[in-house]
Amino acid sequence: MKNKGLLAVRYGLLAAALLCIAVGLMRREYVGVLQKAVMICLECIGIG
Amino acid sequence: MPGMHRHRLKKPRLRFQRKAQLISAALVNGYILGFQKGKIFTGSTKAFCVPVLNCYSCPGALGACPIGSLQAALGRGKGFPFYVLGLLTLFGVLLGRAVCGLLCPFGLIQDLLYKIPVPKLKVPRSLDRALRWLKYLVLLVMVVLLPLFALTEAGVTIPYFCKYICPAGTLEGGIPLMLGDPSLRALAGALFSWKFFVMLLILAASMFISRPFCRYLCPLGAFYALFSRFSFFQMRLDKDKCIGCKKCERVCPMAVEVTKNINSTECVRCGKCKDVCVGAIDRAPLLPRKAGKSPESQR
Repeated sequence: MKNKGLLAVRYGLLAAALLCIAVGLMRREYVGVLQKAVMICLECIGIG
Repeated sequence: MPGMHRHRLKKPRLRFQRKAQLISAALVNGYILGFQKGKIFTGSTKAFCVPVLNCYSCPGALGACPIGSLQAALGRGKGFPFYVLGLLTLFGVLLGRAVCGLLCPFGLIQDLLYKIPVPKLKVPRSLDRALRWLKYLVLLVMVVLLPLFALTEAGVTIPYFCKYICPAGTLEGGIPLMLGDPSLRALAGALFSWKFFVMLLILAASMFISRPFCRYLCPLGAFYALFSRFSFFQMRLDKDKCIGCKKCERVCPMAVEVTKNINSTECVRCGKCKDVCVGAIDRAPLLPRKAGKSPESQR
């Protein structure tokens, strides 16, 4: 029973993660990630 | 040749963990030309967040840092960060903190520094337990709340964790870029000095304490710790085979009480406990066996 509950949460989280990624892709959120990642992050390197 | 004895020298073998760490570090930082040119990679793979704490301003980085991306995706009017949180949850469910133990390049750096033969410090258990909560605070305050609410006057989100703490950014991004670009070097001021000091402190501490950054400060480790119980990657202790020697607890780099809670939120699944064990510890199968077929085990 305990195992079943754990499995349900595990697969539920997996499904939620995939759903979130799909929604994010549809909203083109990856473009924002790309735009940030291809510029030197001044804060990260200690300048900004 | 007659009269000569051939001694078979035992070849030093890399552990599975070390191989995985090296391959991962090479893959996420595979843009070698970047180090040569002192420039960062600008290809489309950077739209994808890697599972590990790896600065996207590292000249070799081929993907985006999930913590940097999460902070950038938060902020007024940006909506819920489905894409970044979805990826982080996916990594969390599939691997959990195995990401820290097997894939993270900054974890590898700390592991290597801990190999330097200097006296090792054992943090008292009560202090260690208290300090472990710091990383959750860092995740909540510096990665979520401050980027969400403390914006600039122009409404720009500031990545507070990257700006004031992240030692990976200074080590992998700041230092190589500044070495290759004098104009960037000229811009380094008080903030860079602060970040350099934090980095030095963490690297120095790593020689005396095993993985101090992973234990006490890493917000990505804190996020994955939330999935420790639910991730597919679990360890298993067969209590019938355990002889109670506690060797596993002595070698654990995260000071986990292995015999009490083998799948603790602090366990980074490095497998060191398994290597020293008489056979009671193993990696659990990805999918649980049907009842009655598996040995009695604690998970």
